[in-house]
Amino acid sequence: MSARVAVIVFPGTNCELDVAHALEQLGGEAELVFHTERSLGGADAVVVPGGFAHGDYLRTGALARFSPVMAAVSEHAAAGGPVVGVCNGFQVLTEAGLLPGALQKNAGLKFLCETVECRVDSTHSVLTAGVDLGAILRLPINHFEGNYTCDAATLERLRADDRVVLRYVSNPNGALDDIASICNEGGNVVGLMPHPERASDAVLGSADGVGLLRSLLAAATTRSAAA
Amino acid sequence: MAPRTIGDVQFEARIEVKHLPGIADPQGATVERALPALGYTNVSAVHIGKLIRLVLDAPDTAAARAQVAEMCERLLANPVIEAYEIEISELATK
Repeated sequence: MSARVAVIVFPGTNCELDVAHALEQLGGEAELVFHTERSLGGADAVVVPGGFAHGDYLRTGALARFSPVMAAVSEHAAAGGPVVGVCNGFQVLTEAGLLPGALQKNAGLKFLCETVECRVDSTHSVLTAGVDLGAILRLPINHFEGNYTCDAATLERLRADDRVVLRYVSNPNGALDDIASICNEGGNVVGLMPHPERASDAVLGSADGVGLLRSLLAAATTRSAAA
Repeated sequence: MAPRTIGDVQFEARIEVKHLPGIADPQGATVERALPALGYTNVSAVHIGKLIRLVLDAPDTAAARAQVAEMCERLLANPVIEAYEIEISELATK
């Protein structure tokens, strides 16, 4: 049985089809779930894709947590279900309180659209369980607010608990401790600024995102089998 | 609009949302670098934040301020990266 992944669509989300395509190429079953839904339809995993949820009004990701679907996403996360937020989805998860810290404007006030190298620094997450620790992945970034920050105590906890999932090899945006991705205590909620779905086929310039998406699908399948 | 409780007064709140110390303000920094190009070489400490204005009904200034502070903590500002300052003024009775 293939893993079923709910791909959340807010007004202004624009990466949902890329994420769905990439997951289906790898044998997953992706279902677009509009933000007004109150249920995830029994999905095994959730992806909050990139874009500009609710127009980025007030702050990036700030208004998304008021969408009805977010209660179901939070419930799924609390029950240990895999939830991955990509780019704007990462911003949404921090604003919704599912991940600590915040994404501020890039140092240098530049919108960044380039392929960067990221190092896998933890495999204790649903996104990296199936990839090698220390692997260097070439992944595209595409953001203005990707500069991760948090207070000193939070950073200490993230490091001590092995929750920094990916670090930039060469920091493009000023992110604290070169952080490109973090996860929650359980490793089942992950936020990352790079777009694995845009590195899911050699024809796109890199297939280094495949291992990440496969890990997510594996976590979803495990969950599906356990249910 | 929600019905007003008898005795409530209308207040205007002006909320300045700004970066916490230590949080990068690239907009402020860029504008600060641009002003000297126009000859304003004596300008420093440029900060760019947000101004939010709203009207609310409350029994008194203290209650209005407390509610606005709560709204700032929960939505209007992100306490991880932003600070806020609240000014409350009573609107003239209609």
